[in-house]
Amino acid sequence: MTEGSLHSALDIRDLAKRFDRPAVDGLDLRVRAGEFYTLLGPNGAGKTTTLRMATGLLKPDRGAIAVFGIDVLAEPVAAKQIMAWLSDEPMIYDRLTPLEYLYFVAGLWGVDSDTAETRARDLIGWLGLAQYAQERCEGLSKGTRQKVALAGALVHEPRLIILDEPFTGLDAASARLVKNVLRERVAQGCSVIMTTHILEVAERMADRIGVMCGGRLVAEGTLEDLRRQAGAGHATLEDTFLALTDTGSGQTHSGRGPIAA
Amino acid sequence: MIKAGTVAWFAQHETRLAWRDWAWLLSGGRRRRGYAVMLGLFAFVVFMHGFAYLTLAHATDFAAPPDKRLLVTIGGTLLLYWSLMLSQAMEAVTRAFYARGDLDLILSSSASAGRLFAVRIATMALGIAAMSLALAAPAINVLAWLGGAHWLAAYGVVMAMAMVAVAISVMLTVALFRAIGPKRTRLVAQIVAAVIGASFVIGVQLVAILSVGTLSRVALFQSEVIIDHAPDRDSLWWLPADAAMGNGLALIAVLALGAIVLAGAIRFCAPRFGELALAAGGVSHGTARPSRRTANFRPKSPGQALRRKEWLLLWRDPWLMSQSLMQLLYLLPPFFLLSRMFYGEGNSAALLVPVLIMAAGQLAGGLAWLAISGEDAPDLIATAPVTAARVWRAKAEAVAGGVGIVFGPIVVGLAILDPMLGVITVCGIVVAGAAATLIQFWFRAQVKRSLFRRRHVSSRIATFAEALSSIIWAGAGAVAVVSLWFAIFPGVVALAVLPVAWLLSPKRP
Repeated sequence: MTEGSLHSALDIRDLAKRFDRPAVDGLDLRVRAGEFYTLLGPNGAGKTTTLRMATGLLKPDRGAIAVFGIDVLAEPVAAKQIMAWLSDEPMIYDRLTPLEYLYFVAGLWGVDSDTAETRARDLIGWLGLAQYAQERCEGLSKGTRQKVALAGALVHEPRLIILDEPFTGLDAASARLVKNVLRERVAQGCSVIMTTHILEVAERMADRIGVMCGGRLVAEGTLEDLRRQAGAGHATLEDTFLALTDTGSGQTHSGRGPIAA
Repeated sequence: MIKAGTVAWFAQHETRLAWRDWAWLLSGGRRRRGYAVMLGLFAFVVFMHGFAYLTLAHATDFAAPPDKRLLVTIGGTLLLYWSLMLSQAMEAVTRAFYARGDLDLILSSSASAGRLFAVRIATMALGIAAMSLALAAPAINVLAWLGGAHWLAAYGVVMAMAMVAVAISVMLTVALFRAIGPKRTRLVAQIVAAVIGASFVIGVQLVAILSVGTLSRVALFQSEVIIDHAPDRDSLWWLPADAAMGNGLALIAVLALGAIVLAGAIRFCAPRFGELALAAGGVSHGTARPSRRTANFRPKSPGQALRRKEWLLLWRDPWLMSQSLMQLLYLLPPFFLLSRMFYGEGNSAALLVPVLIMAAGQLAGGLAWLAISGEDAPDLIATAPVTAARVWRAKAEAVAGGVGIVFGPIVVGLAILDPMLGVITVCGIVVAGAAATLIQFWFRAQVKRSLFRRRHVSSRIATFAEALSSIIWAGAGAVAVVSLWFAIFPGVVALAVLPVAWLLSPKRP
């Protein structure tokens, strides 16, 4: 790892993964500590594959991944200790209550039971889950399950939160609540990397946005940076995104890295 | 072209789905397996015919005119077989209500749900008949060879029995829906199905044990007491047995009865299936249930969290619990045997050893599948700061704990009776359970826990290896009771199953 990676929440170098075709192809990506980073890209761009490799759910064919300087491939347990992963499909147990689920997750991360109880109850209240705390998850709505899963991701107070399409299926109120929770975590020093297809979320929440296409990062920077890179006349992020991904399959940019931000 | 929405159209649709499901079941979705499957089926058919011949060849003179003893044996066997068909039919009917599949699509269309369910009930009868005929065919063919072509009439009797079994299952399930509602019907119907499937076998074993102190399942049918108390030769109770032995009129009567009962069930129940399936759909989506045990779930370490989670999930899922423990119903006869011996009636405790080892291996395999392949949040576990080895160890401990809770008391009872038998049984249970867990680990595949009943479909090699391992360990246990030295050979064979299973297991990077 480079010296700079010690200061990065997530540092990905020359990452590659191939299934039937290359899913991620020599990706370089860095998320700064305390940053809210959003990863955009069309379907099949390699976003989820990238995040799954970062969390240790997939082994890369090539490359290096570090979380706060910890090599994910060499020291997976230490890296996982400070990470949390949340996907669009809530990974919860139907027969546990939200409170039990949080105790279970806290137990997995080695949080002592007193601290776990305090944090679990705080999160339950914070995410508006108090009325469901003693009910089994099998009867909860998709949005409520997603909030329970988010609480699970936060109960061990990770330094890096990795989210894959966390707003899928959430109603407006739940989506706003989740956004607020993530913003507050970032304000407290936590780092977040998130994929989304909801461009408005990226526009409003991200400090920086990365645009992936064909397994590579084709553009990166703030919204203004991206607009500049996409060229004149792209007023909205949607226009900018479409312009970048239309030209971002490698034909325009011969190099592996993104357009300079 | 068949008109859409008609009974014929639904029948074509159902037949196509059933055929593809069956083909997938055999080939595992791989077309290249076609020849291997055909070869395997051929070998199975030959083996079953050989087994049937060895069983029946010297049993009695099947060409002779039927006497009461033969009627009791044939009638009893048919009743035993029918109880298994009824069990299968109950399962199939329950699945038709609760498995959503294409139900939401069809129920939301303008097509008649009554017609669909009429076809589905008929398809169930065909499916049960086909499966039962396939299993009974070797015995029927051998009977026809030994006793004459008139025994082929038994095929018709099996078909009629399938029709009656499905009709009764449909009516029973609808009655359960009305009586206890959709929420409880699923669990009750599945338990009833399993109990029906097991109870007759258990009953026969129990009576055999209580009467002559053996585990023979056919002893009951040959006992003078039963023959003396059986109905007279002219009784209508013997109609199916008479039909199976080639009485043409009896066969027509049995087939007509089956068809009428099935048609009646379809006529009466099919129109109601739509509303019942909708009610069942509400249950599938789950309802909020308060829990009062939250306070006790405070794991202190990752391993403890994983173990407690496995036990809690199993404890809170009555269906899974019943499915896992149902095979333990077969432990009832040994339990009775044990209790009798405590009162000094007999000294056949050695019979218990293989039964307990076999059952422990099967239970461990089921629990291991739930803990390893049936993990509902695999990504959560994989992203936790716990080594894979620690996760597998905790899951294996959860399996061992479950097996210990179930078998501990019985083994303690046995050890009090005979310490050596206790030691042999404990060793057998440990190795059979560990082997089954290892096999499930090697053949793990991420699937929903609700697919527990069909877990054998995902890997027939794993199912076969698990059963083979348990059987050989049970055999080793039985031999060890006689001589520990002689048990080394079956023990080595049982151990050899493991590397073979490992070699056949899917390789992971």
